[in-house]
Amino acid sequence: MAKVTMTVNGRQVSGHCDDRTLLVQFIRENLGLTGTHVGCDTTQCGACVIHMDGKSVKSCSILAAQAAGSTITTIEGLAADGELHPVQAAFKANHGLQCGFCTPGMVMTAVDMIRRHQGQLDEATVRAELEGNICRCTGYHNIVKAILAAAAEMSGARVAAE
Amino acid sequence: MYETHYHRASSVQDAVSRMEAAGEGKYVSGGMTLIPTMKQRLASPSDLIDLRHIAEMQGITVNGRSVRIGAATTHYDVASSAALKAVCPAICHLASHIGDPHVRHMGTIGGSIANNDPAADYPAAMLGLAATIVTNRREVAADDFFAGLFETALEDSEIITAVRFDAPAKAAYQKFANPASRYAMTGVFVAKGDDGAVRVAVTGAGANGVFRQAEMEAALAANWSPDALATISVDASDLLSDIHADAAYRANLVKVMAKRAVAAA
Repeated sequence: MAKVTMTVNGRQVSGHCDDRTLLVQFIRENLGLTGTHVGCDTTQCGACVIHMDGKSVKSCSILAAQAAGSTITTIEGLAADGELHPVQAAFKANHGLQCGFCTPGMVMTAVDMIRRHQGQLDEATVRAELEGNICRCTGYHNIVKAILAAAAEMSGARVAAE
Repeated sequence: MYETHYHRASSVQDAVSRMEAAGEGKYVSGGMTLIPTMKQRLASPSDLIDLRHIAEMQGITVNGRSVRIGAATTHYDVASSAALKAVCPAICHLASHIGDPHVRHMGTIGGSIANNDPAADYPAAMLGLAATIVTNRREVAADDFFAGLFETALEDSEIITAVRFDAPAKAAYQKFANPASRYAMTGVFVAKGDDGAVRVAVTGAGANGVFRQAEMEAALAANWSPDALATISVDASDLLSDIHADAAYRANLVKVMAKRAVAAA
């Protein structure tokens, strides 16, 4: 048994779990944050993507014990004051989801991608960056549109703030 | 996953002590191969000793043409290092095409080399760059390090702490990725040193893992151009055959990827 402490969505949390417990299990079952999904469970589909210390990672392929002491953001931590995060709003506006199962991972991936590229994205880059995320409904087209729209809006907002 | 005991090592020495005290221990760094393998119950270490937080194994140092990469440096950090890109963009390009962005945020160069997957990218770079693999006990030339499928010169409890190499005059890596896994079905790293010496290292194709292609090295040393490889035919007898590509197909890919790499260098 390990005692695991980490900061999740701005709140310090602790829990007891087996050393072999996956981070995604800890998030879903110990913390009750079920927005992070388990799709393939084999590191391929990206439904479980969260941010650990500011970087996107696949939480089905990391032990909770490995993540102890880190700062985690899940899909539940994106919206602020009841307002959708710009990436979430763009997915809604562009119909970037159908069944929605892959969406938490897609949104977390998009937020990380926009941050790393400082909002400067084109279609080819977005498609290449989605290498680790699988969607079986949309054909990706509206996901790509949503990410480009969010990137434009977020970099516009950054320029306006400067 | 079978039960295991997790340890977070604070230093290389601490990691070795914990490994020596463990029954059937394994080191874990990014865990991007090991954790999925444990989930499939193909590995069941009694203890996992985590190297990811050891400060002395982190970071990239570039001093003139001389490069040192700490073993716990992630693929993302290699891919995005401006200092490294200035002297050896080929290794940044290689790192930026491993797995996917999330895997690159966790996976490390030391882990990739220690695992020596026959389809991994980094072993080709190490062999192509004539790198030195630095462990807690010794330094091993890449030529003596990779010993076969998932086999290396590493001894029990030995840890790769860093890799070192001199940036070549020219280098490039080209891979034909498996469309599903993105592992190399064949990947070729070519490098030309300041002294004109050429190395051609092939991953994803060899039945015994990464290897050097001597005939191509000689041809490129005489004439550094894709055309120099035109008349070479690669022997398929020691190459992998599987449902994705048979040995003859891979033999052709070795040549095609080598030509593309020379053109890109």
